[in-house]
Amino acid sequence: MVKVFIYPATSLILSDMVARFGHTPLSSAVAIRERIQTPGLESPPLQITPEEPKKGLKWAAVEVPAGVRGRMSLYGPMVEAAEAAIIINDADFSFGCMGCARTNELIKFLLREKKIPKLDLNYPKNEEEGVQFVSAIKTFLTDLGGAK
Amino acid sequence: MTAYTPTHVGTVTKYVIVESFEITPADLAVRGYEIAEGAMIKETCFGLVINGKEEEVDRIIAELRKADPDHIFVKDRGFPPGDARRCRANLGGARPGYHGIEHEMTVIPYVSYGLEQIKKRDASAIPHPENPREQPVLAIEKLKKLMEAQES
Repeated sequence: MVKVFIYPATSLILSDMVARFGHTPLSSAVAIRERIQTPGLESPPLQITPEEPKKGLKWAAVEVPAGVRGRMSLYGPMVEAAEAAIIINDADFSFGCMGCARTNELIKFLLREKKIPKLDLNYPKNEEEGVQFVSAIKTFLTDLGGAK
Repeated sequence: MTAYTPTHVGTVTKYVIVESFEITPADLAVRGYEIAEGAMIKETCFGLVINGKEEEVDRIIAELRKADPDHIFVKDRGFPPGDARRCRANLGGARPGYHGIEHEMTVIPYVSYGLEQIKKRDASAIPHPENPREQPVLAIEKLKKLMEAQES
């Protein structure tokens, strides 16, 4: 099984497709779950503590806002662990606040810098595009090999 | 600062989202309750939220998927069902993360259709979708025509 980073990291469609075709999706839920299930100091709602922006320094410079660095402490380890990536380019709903938007840009930049197989797509807008979308993902994931 | 003691440690939570003309979340919930051995299952308007040991959750999902494999979608969730930090009942308004699912639910019928069709069609005959990163290059012939049209 290959670890596949999905962008948007919360995508239901990509998460399902990657798992359906036998690989492991790296999504934000997995990183959040890790924090939610770790004892420590109460820091609701996501258990993001002041330690996270410090950890984020590995992927973003010190002058980058703490919001971006904090988010990168969730996504950075997953980008590093990723062995492949599927990126949807027109996921406008993931824009969010400026912290999310800048983090998204940084994630995409780090993925493009990384020498791993990548698949760039847009969301399908009709049935025929849906067939092409699913077929492209299936071919990409099958070519990775090692499916469960 | 208050100490934080997590609950449901060592469990996973997954959404099962239904987009089907034949199966409703209630049907799936009943089937889920029948086969569950200790997992927590919550029925929602869009499907189910299942919490339990990973093997148990995967077993239930594999069984539920058989009902309509191309129209049932699964996704991980960080929080357990009904967690006060995320649950709409405590916060009011849409649950954070709902808008993402809402947007993808508009696209999912095309994906379901795609999943049905790839079983019937020859994969090599299906064209690859356009790469959104490739900038379309203006063909020389087209440029020439544009220039001629401008000059005349």
